Amino acid sequence: MDTLAYSAIFGRILIQFLPVWVALAATFALSISFKRRLGLYGKLFDSPVGMIGFGIVMFWVFTALFADQIITFDPYSQFSGMKNKPLGTPLAGEIEGAYSHFLLGGDHLARDVFSRMVMGARSVLSIAPAATLFAFMVGITLGVPAGYFGGRLDTTLSFVSNLVLAFPVILLFYLLVTPEIRLTGIPVVMAAVLFLFPIIFLTVLFNARFFTDPKKRNLYVGVVLVVGLWAYSGLAFNMDPLGVWSMDPNLLNVFVSVVFVNSPTVFRIVRGIVMDLKARDYVAAGQTRGEGPWYIMLWEILPNARGPLIVDFCLRIGYTTILLGTLGFFGLGVAPDSPDWGSTIDDGRKTLTLFPHSALAPALALMSLVLGLNLLADGLREESLKD
Amino acid sequence: MLIFVARRVGLMILTAFVLTFVVFYLTNLPPNLEKLARSEGSVRMSDESVAAWIEQNGHGGSVLGRYGQWLGIVPGWSNVDEKGVARGRCFEAGSDPAIAPRFCGILQGDWGFSTFAKTEVLPYLGGMLASTGWLMLWVMIVMIPTSLVIGVVAGMREGTRTDRVLSTFSIATTATPEYVSGVILVALLASPVTGLSPLLAEWGWIDGKTLFQGASSPDNITFWSFTLPVLTIALYGIGYIARMTRASMTEVMTAQYIRTARLKGVSFRQVVMRHALRNALIAPFTVIMLQFPWLLNGVVIVETLFNYKGFGWTLVQAAGNNDINLLLGCSVVAVFVVLVTQLISDIGYVFLNPRIRLS
Repeated sequence: MDTLAYSAIFGRILIQFLPVWVALAATFALSISFKRRLGLYGKLFDSPVGMIGFGIVMFWVFTALFADQIITFDPYSQFSGMKNKPLGTPLAGEIEGAYSHFLLGGDHLARDVFSRMVMGARSVLSIAPAATLFAFMVGITLGVPAGYFGGRLDTTLSFVSNLVLAFPVILLFYLLVTPEIRLTGIPVVMAAVLFLFPIIFLTVLFNARFFTDPKKRNLYVGVVLVVGLWAYSGLAFNMDPLGVWSMDPNLLNVFVSVVFVNSPTVFRIVRGIVMDLKARDYVAAGQTRGEGPWYIMLWEILPNARGPLIVDFCLRIGYTTILLGTLGFFGLGVAPDSPDWGSTIDDGRKTLTLFPHSALAPALALMSLVLGLNLLADGLREESLKD
Repeated sequence: MLIFVARRVGLMILTAFVLTFVVFYLTNLPPNLEKLARSEGSVRMSDESVAAWIEQNGHGGSVLGRYGQWLGIVPGWSNVDEKGVARGRCFEAGSDPAIAPRFCGILQGDWGFSTFAKTEVLPYLGGMLASTGWLMLWVMIVMIPTSLVIGVVAGMREGTRTDRVLSTFSIATTATPEYVSGVILVALLASPVTGLSPLLAEWGWIDGKTLFQGASSPDNITFWSFTLPVLTIALYGIGYIARMTRASMTEVMTAQYIRTARLKGVSFRQVVMRHALRNALIAPFTVIMLQFPWLLNGVVIVETLFNYKGFGWTLVQAAGNNDINLLLGCSVVAVFVVLVTQLISDIGYVFLNPRIRLS
């Protein structure tokens, strides 16, 4: 068999991504036909920039979902004779039922670059949005009261958040993500603190709304506490009695550090917005009606702050992706043979000048995902300002 | 004004103490010290002898006490080991403890001995910082004018095609972290097999195999070796500063006084140069100052990628080789840079913007 030409490689890659194209077409067709009934999400389809961004992001989301169908080889296994082979090299030696070519070449350990890039989407997208969500929970739970009450609480929390922000990120990663620190149990302590915030947030959220109706309140708060503490025991301490929730210690370390680095910025943004919104008339009206401070904060101020928060959420997923890539680039990633983009760029850079393809593929993938998220955020900002 | 500056400086010093303590605590965790003992002593040490080594080399005792010694506000440790040799923080093993100074920490200029570089930390770090300084100088020379021009040109006529193109470019560069743009630039311009270099070599336009060099060193600063690292760091910052400048410029361009100037018949060029620019550049100043911490990240990535032996490279080596003193030294420098730039940006903002009144 011959080495494929670039056009043939391109065509074959397009075919491999078939499930993604189908899913993307379905998403766009459905969204555009119902866009007037879908609120802010529907308005996104009025802005070309937002649509392009959304398309790119959804491309990677679907790639992560259908990764098992898209990959041509097992991303972890090595194939003899395929080390550092260029794009479109046919597989050395016939293997029954295997794909015929390495579409994007082989890496320095003779693994398929294309399959690793596709699997990398899964490993990146399973961490980045979740870590961003946790950072938002921490930032909102602390930022809303700091902005609303002000005073000493605000001074203290702002000082602490400025402390974290004054650390150069890479230094913090080198201090926080090491095998030694896992021995001391510091990541578990940090997880124990940081993972508590979503539970606190949801409990206070439902309690503030339904405390006048104890039956409903007990139901909602009860569900939050049971599910939350169950997940908490598994994720933070790895002691889930049923064994459903668990997190690898390496992953926990990475996850906690990324949340820790991100939450002070979210805190600052939320605090700023709340300080601005609390001077509005509807807050004064709520106070006059005798509504509690938590109800005003979480059910009146927070929904009005959603526009900038959604925009920042998109941007921050991109930033978190960059951070995860940085971790991988310095070899502090999840696992040494993990296909996540940062680690594969790190692997590829050692032979960069001679065999650039193995680092280029994940680099372009990471760039396009972050670009998509930035464009999506831009489109959302434009559309939400039109209201 | 004076009270404002004094308060900021006070807060900065407090922050510096807390941050250095955190770094000290994290670098001196028991597993790190055990690793140090095994690498300095022998790999096959028993657990008891590791504990004894830690105790004898002044790593025992409370963290606060050791932090004080390291800072130089608590007298340095000294003891006599089992061979009867006097050892201590402030003197060479075997010399007379009586003539040694009592305090020797970073405040006295004693930053300790680096196990990785096999030399004193302070002069070593100084040399590395000088190398990084050259890199940063060129980054600044490239980054600041480029980003300001892009931002001003995009922002002076909002919504035009120029604006769209430049804004998209800025978004694209902010979406490209240094380790991605570095890889792409090397593949395009510094690889003998892909990109432009093989073509140019075939046509006989370049002498060597590649157009630019994929590695650079502080001893040999040339256009061909420095372009890629500088471009890699600058690109990420350009997009961000340009977007901030654009936002600030569009805001200024809609202000009343600009309209008045236009109605008086001042040419568009004059309005932009004379009236808009000064006010539009206040916000980017803060952003540029606050970019320094980010540049520090960029420096670490780029120096690793291009194997440029400077501050960032040192930080990576110190962390990778468990060199506690060197890592602490790097952290002090990093924290110092971040805090000083924050202070300058705060004070500068107030000076530049007369509308802010300090209460």
